[in-house]
Amino acid sequence: MALTLRTFVSAVRSLSLQHRLHGRNVALVTSRGVHFSYVPDSPNPSDGATTRMNFFQSITSALDICLEKDSTAVIFGEDVAFGGVFRCTVGLRDKYGADRVFNSPLSEQGIVAFGIGMAVAGSTAIAEIQFADYIFPAFDQLRNEAAMFRYRTGNLFDCGSLTVRTPCMAVGHGALYHSQSVEAFFAHCPGLKVVIPRGPIQAKGLLLACMRDPNPCVFFEPKILYRAAIEDVPTGDYEIPLSKAEVMLEGTDVTLIGWGTQVHVLREVAEMAQDKFNISCELIDLRTILPWDKDTILNSAAKTGRVLISHEAPMTMGFAAEIATTIQSECFLNLEAPIERVCGYDTPFPHVFEPFYMPDKWQCMTAIKKLLNY
Amino acid sequence: MLNIARFAARATLVGASETIQRTTACYFHRSSIIQSSGSNPGRFEDKPEFPGSRSQYVSKLEFIEPESQEGIPVYRVLNREGNIIEESEDPKLPKEIVTKMYRDMTLLNTMDKVLYESQRQGRISFYMTNYGEEGTHMGSAAALDPSDLVYGQYREAGVLLWRGFSLDQFMNQCYGNAHDLGKGRQMPVHYGSKDLNFVTISSPLATQMPQAAGSAYAFKLQKKDNVVICYFGEGAASEGDAHAALNFAAVLDCPIIFFCRNNGYAISTPTKDQYRGDGIASRGPGYGISTIRVDGNDPFAVYNATKAARKTCLSQNRPVLIEAMTYRIGHHSTSDDSSAYRSVDEVSYWDRQDNPITRLRHFMVNQGWWDEEAEKEWMLDARKRVMKAFAEAEPRKRPSPEELFNDVYDELPPMLQQQMKEMKEHVMQHKEHYPLEQYEKMT
Repeated sequence: MALTLRTFVSAVRSLSLQHRLHGRNVALVTSRGVHFSYVPDSPNPSDGATTRMNFFQSITSALDICLEKDSTAVIFGEDVAFGGVFRCTVGLRDKYGADRVFNSPLSEQGIVAFGIGMAVAGSTAIAEIQFADYIFPAFDQLRNEAAMFRYRTGNLFDCGSLTVRTPCMAVGHGALYHSQSVEAFFAHCPGLKVVIPRGPIQAKGLLLACMRDPNPCVFFEPKILYRAAIEDVPTGDYEIPLSKAEVMLEGTDVTLIGWGTQVHVLREVAEMAQDKFNISCELIDLRTILPWDKDTILNSAAKTGRVLISHEAPMTMGFAAEIATTIQSECFLNLEAPIERVCGYDTPFPHVFEPFYMPDKWQCMTAIKKLLNY
Repeated sequence: MLNIARFAARATLVGASETIQRTTACYFHRSSIIQSSGSNPGRFEDKPEFPGSRSQYVSKLEFIEPESQEGIPVYRVLNREGNIIEESEDPKLPKEIVTKMYRDMTLLNTMDKVLYESQRQGRISFYMTNYGEEGTHMGSAAALDPSDLVYGQYREAGVLLWRGFSLDQFMNQCYGNAHDLGKGRQMPVHYGSKDLNFVTISSPLATQMPQAAGSAYAFKLQKKDNVVICYFGEGAASEGDAHAALNFAAVLDCPIIFFCRNNGYAISTPTKDQYRGDGIASRGPGYGISTIRVDGNDPFAVYNATKAARKTCLSQNRPVLIEAMTYRIGHHSTSDDSSAYRSVDEVSYWDRQDNPITRLRHFMVNQGWWDEEAEKEWMLDARKRVMKAFAEAEPRKRPSPEELFNDVYDELPPMLQQQMKEMKEHVMQHKEHYPLEQYEKMT
């Protein structure tokens, strides 16, 4: 289903080049369609020695560790055998054999169902859907089967050792079918865990946690970061807990909430707001969409009284709606202004109009102004 | 060579040129040029070299017309009078096994009658009978190892009965009481048992099929001496999941038996509105799957086919497709009245003329293993057992309402802890509106 694959691969390569040109610490990625500055995270010293890795290499590293330590673990999906169209499985087939790292026929429902069945029979199944935009043939298997397996069997059977990885979000030129943020569909499926990392260190730790979590996980990888995001990633095994949001910047005036690529937009917005309005923003990466970390969000909302939630997915019924409702219900008297949402429009994801569709930093700044002037 | 070009283009972009060279070399090696014999010595004749091709070029314009091909034959062992047709095909099952088959078939039949009626009386919410398909259940179940994993569709209660699921357990599930292994969460007939290696039924059709293929693949990697058997109807075979399942199982060499119960109807939809080809079996070879069609009302034919299929799965690590031709004598479910779409005469023909229970009884009588007296005694006993289990299950309380929240995840996340707390507080404050007396107490 990857129609524009070649365009994609060349584009992410150009991002990588941009990064090399702009040096090590702050990668000011300015090529076509890229709308944020990537500020690398610092590794946690307690996680040991690090290696410089981009996002896809950190995914490979997580998969490698999982395959090495868990002899029941297998990886499969369309084109994964030769390394995957985004290079996440490079070298794994040679290292672990064709039985454990294999191509599947081209059928998303088949891929997810096959993974469910493997998990039910005691294997750790790591399935790849080539683009999140193409996950919908598998929606029935995820929603009606994976999400409910434990529940409907009275805990006799479960498919908790299933993880579905899939690239998501905008990439600058992906148009309708290589750009979508589909997390909200899965947020409506009790029984699933839904995770979206913001960079290489996070991706590796969260993916390792997903693969070992006793519940089926859907792991979205913001594809624009595959090569654009480079960090010093701990080389060894470490996990980052699921269902825990992270306060990335502490602040007192406005809470900014996002996940995946949008966290980077919001980080820049926080700086801009400091410069322009002289306010301090608290930036939160939600990281796990389901089950989500209410406490971290509510504590921050109660503290600042002003909240902006931003995601690339369309506004209506996006996950920002859920967060906003919860905040107004729990922190009504703390709020100084109505909660602002800066999201994608309620349209399909457009090709040449992407700059106008995206919830960019300028839209976020306008929203902050509204929060301050209410 | 289109695929190679595509692959090469992709691989070049990602800098994996070594892979291309290897792959290209491999293709040329396989498509070796053959020297023809006979009239044109020295002339080279080529064969189709398209990836995956294994045929010849032809010069005559000719379509493949399915109608011109013979239908796939139906394998049978017993005729309707219960006689072995071909001595060499007699599975020579011992008396105890055949008697167990017969007793389980009739016990299932008795349970179906009681539970169907109980739904009609409003005592359970829903039911689906197995009438007419008992031969497919017992014939296949007897040929498997009890540790082989079963994925059912929903009309395979006989397979569970064969494996030892008790009448109590059936009844508890249908009532959704506190003894139900599924904790009262699913509609009646959605049975499952970890101990008996029978994956709990789910309502969506055919979703179990590609899952079953995955389980079979896991068994293969774990080097287990087990197969997976996956039951499905001819209607479910129209779902995309069925296609995915057969294709994945074939491509990934999975030790799985796909067992199609072709009972003529998907609720009201007859096979003529379901498919145009020669049933489900005709699809097997298209996927590269070893395939057989059997008389599903002949338990011995089903037994032989399943036994042989199991052997193929294990010895060759490949799937097998069995299409068992049978007839759904009962309505689809208690929500269905089949007289709206098929004649009573049609149903009674199958019930009276081609019934698997009758056929097996004829065989047993012919062997001198069964007679009218044994029949009378057993049917009384069967009814007594069913009624006892039924009477015991009915008054049992339902599980505590807390079970509404458990097992969504392995542990209750804070979100659900909160919701459970709120539910309990609300219900305790408004007890008069909730049927708490029917449920086990909340903590």
